[in-house]
Amino acid sequence: MVAIKVNGTTHQVDAPADTPLLWVIREHLELTGTKYGCGIAQCGACTVHVNGEPTRACVTPLSAVADAEITTIEGLSKDRSHPVQKAWIAEQVPQCGFCQSGQILAAAALLKKTPKPTDAEIDAAMTNICRCGTYQRIRKAIHRVANGAA
Amino acid sequence: MTALDTLSRRDFIAVGAATGGGLALGFHVPFGIGAAEAQAGKAAELNAWLTVAADDTVTIRVHRSEMGQGSSTAIPQLVAEELECDWSKVRMEFASVMRHIRENRVYVSFATGGSRAIRDSHAYLRKAGATAREMLIRAAAKELNVPAAELKAEKGFVVHAGSGRKVNYGALAEAASKLTPPAEVKFKPDSAWTIAGTSPARFDVPAKVDGSAVYGMDVKVPGMVHAAIKQCPVFGGKVQSYDEAKIKGMPGVVGVVKIQNDTAVAVVAERFYQAKAAADALPIVWNEGEHAKVSQADIVQRLKKGLDEPGAKVRHEGDFDGAYAKAAKKVEAEYFAPFLDHACMEPMNCTAHVKPDGVEVWVATQNIEGSLAAAAEAAGVSPEKVTAHLTLLGGGFGRRGRQDYVVQAVQVAKQVGKPVKLIWTREEDLQHGTYRPISMGRLKGGLDAEGNVTAYAHTVCGQSIFAHLLPHNIRGGVDASSVDGTHNQAYKLPNCKFDYVMRNTHVPVGFWRSVGSSQNAFITESFIDELAHAAGKDPVEFRRGMLQHNKSWLAVLNMAAEKGDWGKPLPKGKGRGIAINACFGSITAHVAEVTVDRRGRLKVDRVVVVIDTGHNVHPDNTAAQNEGGVVYALTAALYGEITIKDGRVEQTNFDNYEMLTIDQMPKVESHLSLTRGDWWGGVGEPSMAPLMAAVCNAIYQATGKRVRSLPLKHQDLKWA
Repeated sequence: MVAIKVNGTTHQVDAPADTPLLWVIREHLELTGTKYGCGIAQCGACTVHVNGEPTRACVTPLSAVADAEITTIEGLSKDRSHPVQKAWIAEQVPQCGFCQSGQILAAAALLKKTPKPTDAEIDAAMTNICRCGTYQRIRKAIHRVANGAA
Repeated sequence: MTALDTLSRRDFIAVGAATGGGLALGFHVPFGIGAAEAQAGKAAELNAWLTVAADDTVTIRVHRSEMGQGSSTAIPQLVAEELECDWSKVRMEFASVMRHIRENRVYVSFATGGSRAIRDSHAYLRKAGATAREMLIRAAAKELNVPAAELKAEKGFVVHAGSGRKVNYGALAEAASKLTPPAEVKFKPDSAWTIAGTSPARFDVPAKVDGSAVYGMDVKVPGMVHAAIKQCPVFGGKVQSYDEAKIKGMPGVVGVVKIQNDTAVAVVAERFYQAKAAADALPIVWNEGEHAKVSQADIVQRLKKGLDEPGAKVRHEGDFDGAYAKAAKKVEAEYFAPFLDHACMEPMNCTAHVKPDGVEVWVATQNIEGSLAAAAEAAGVSPEKVTAHLTLLGGGFGRRGRQDYVVQAVQVAKQVGKPVKLIWTREEDLQHGTYRPISMGRLKGGLDAEGNVTAYAHTVCGQSIFAHLLPHNIRGGVDASSVDGTHNQAYKLPNCKFDYVMRNTHVPVGFWRSVGSSQNAFITESFIDELAHAAGKDPVEFRRGMLQHNKSWLAVLNMAAEKGDWGKPLPKGKGRGIAINACFGSITAHVAEVTVDRRGRLKVDRVVVVIDTGHNVHPDNTAAQNEGGVVYALTAALYGEITIKDGRVEQTNFDNYEMLTIDQMPKVESHLSLTRGDWWGGVGEPSMAPLMAAVCNAIYQATGKRVRSLPLKHQDLKWA
């Protein structure tokens, strides 16, 4: 048993210490907003916050997060009221949407550290892959939050 | 019309079955809007497409899958337009494929490919809305005791202008649902549209920002176990043996099963990560079969050779040979386009449960009817015994029109006796795709002294999609999908000949966003650019000269040139390129602006997209598709290639099948040029088709280097 704290709640998880956090979140906690896309930390669909840092859950072993505060897309807000979520709706960012939980969490972490990011800072922080190609709207939505318009 | 327009509905069902093989209480994909379910019990159904609830909620049924292309909003818009709805009262739900099967294919087609969700559905969707509207008006006539001719439907009410009285739809629906539908209805012209042609917020977006959207991979079924798959790395090979004892006792492992004619092994476990770990640990001996030594060089060589060999006639007009011999200037070039994978963000997966009395599947598919048929065949039951649930799709791009993973999941579930969720790893997904065919083109163009085209020839040599998928579609040795974007473009080309040499490989191929035009728009429009330069003419002017007879093409080209600042000077190392193509019913032009530094590093700075879709239902969604289409095509142009070594795909994951990221995103500007009032074209595929050529033509302007082979990562673009 390993105890992890996800979205403010502590869960006792019956899984080996080396189990990737992604699958603990998806299969043990049944929070399926966090996605599997590559399993090797390339795509970012599995991005969650670990102590506020955007982290690729597919390569993060359970043992590494035992004392951490983990936030998934389900924990970002109860009602889509987080400024990033509001901006994502306002700019109609998602297409298929599969990568967007990760994109949103990456953007939320960026904006917390850098409330008014430049395009270069967005480029550096937003390394998640979107196969539908929503990057232009992602950029607009991040600027929208920065400008307080969300 | 493109060649692919001629594909029949039957073909699409056949694709479902060919690849392997309850009562319609619709499975509501929880978009998180939570509307449809709430009133389902009390709503009156006016026809199979829509219900009206007592609280005035109108629920419109969507028969096409949602993979981000926006049809789940655009389809309701068209119905609601004719129904004269208050859009704020409109909800959507996915239509039931089981009802479709029971009721003589009432939803026509679930196939979501070929950019056809709107262009093939608009007539019957508008009819559904208009018919229901007339029924509501007639119910109101009775209610208000006035002639129907004095009534008008308006924003969810039937209004009697004479008396100022009005009745809300919710109050009329029950009575209206009992009336006989009118046989003939009139459609509104789009100049009168108030819902269609506008850009309301998409229904599927809210659930995609809070994690509540359910994709195939997110399905939960009580008692479910998980399966990981290992398919023979060499296409056509089989499992010789595996040593199950080596993974016995690994955590959670339930068992190992052979599936799909012994071409794959599935390891079943309680959790997916357990199944994956055990599958990775399972020693499997493959009988790799006859293709185990095939290399990329072999395949390319065969195609190259094929260009010199006799092919099938696609279109011949005039006397090419005579005119070419006499040409003042001759241009000849060979082009290459590699295999490509779709690489949907959501790897292939399917959940299946084979029960004594039937089969249930949950799947992200571009054709839920095809999934149902494939599941029936795989389980050996009649289609009536299958319940098929459509989820949202984490990308499709043509890959999810195939049913291989559905067949596999059913075969595993049949052997396991429990609900099974089969998930492909990214590695399996990349290595067992249905790839964009490899293709080459040889082109010849003759110019007279004034720089006019007097002779033009294009031979396509490449792999056919239909040869294995739907062989009856091969006519006269020609796969129409392989030559789409060559012979059927609008240019006036005297003395032309188009030929096709089919050279198939053991690598499975399939429809990849924009299909034939994905190679042929790159090749044709690059070569047209070569001809323009050889003629000493401006590339836009040169194209105009061959398009005088076609107002729509000319309008798209001219708008692209204007919006794209064509002719405006650029500093050294920057270039602007244009390309135009028609496919899937629409005409698209791209103007790309690029920067290439002296060391050859390329950045695409800006892309102007102009598209003529005829009618357009959701302009902002068209813009979104244009933005995404640029990314999909640019990713392929810069990085995309699937290569074969020892009979198998060399690429394994996103670390060696690279994807465009936000730092490479050009500024995309999107414009509509709606010149064809009576025409309905597609969006998803046309939005991307000419981009690769536009970029390569811009590179030529910037560097003087002509790119004839993709991807660009292998090209040396250095200049001095």
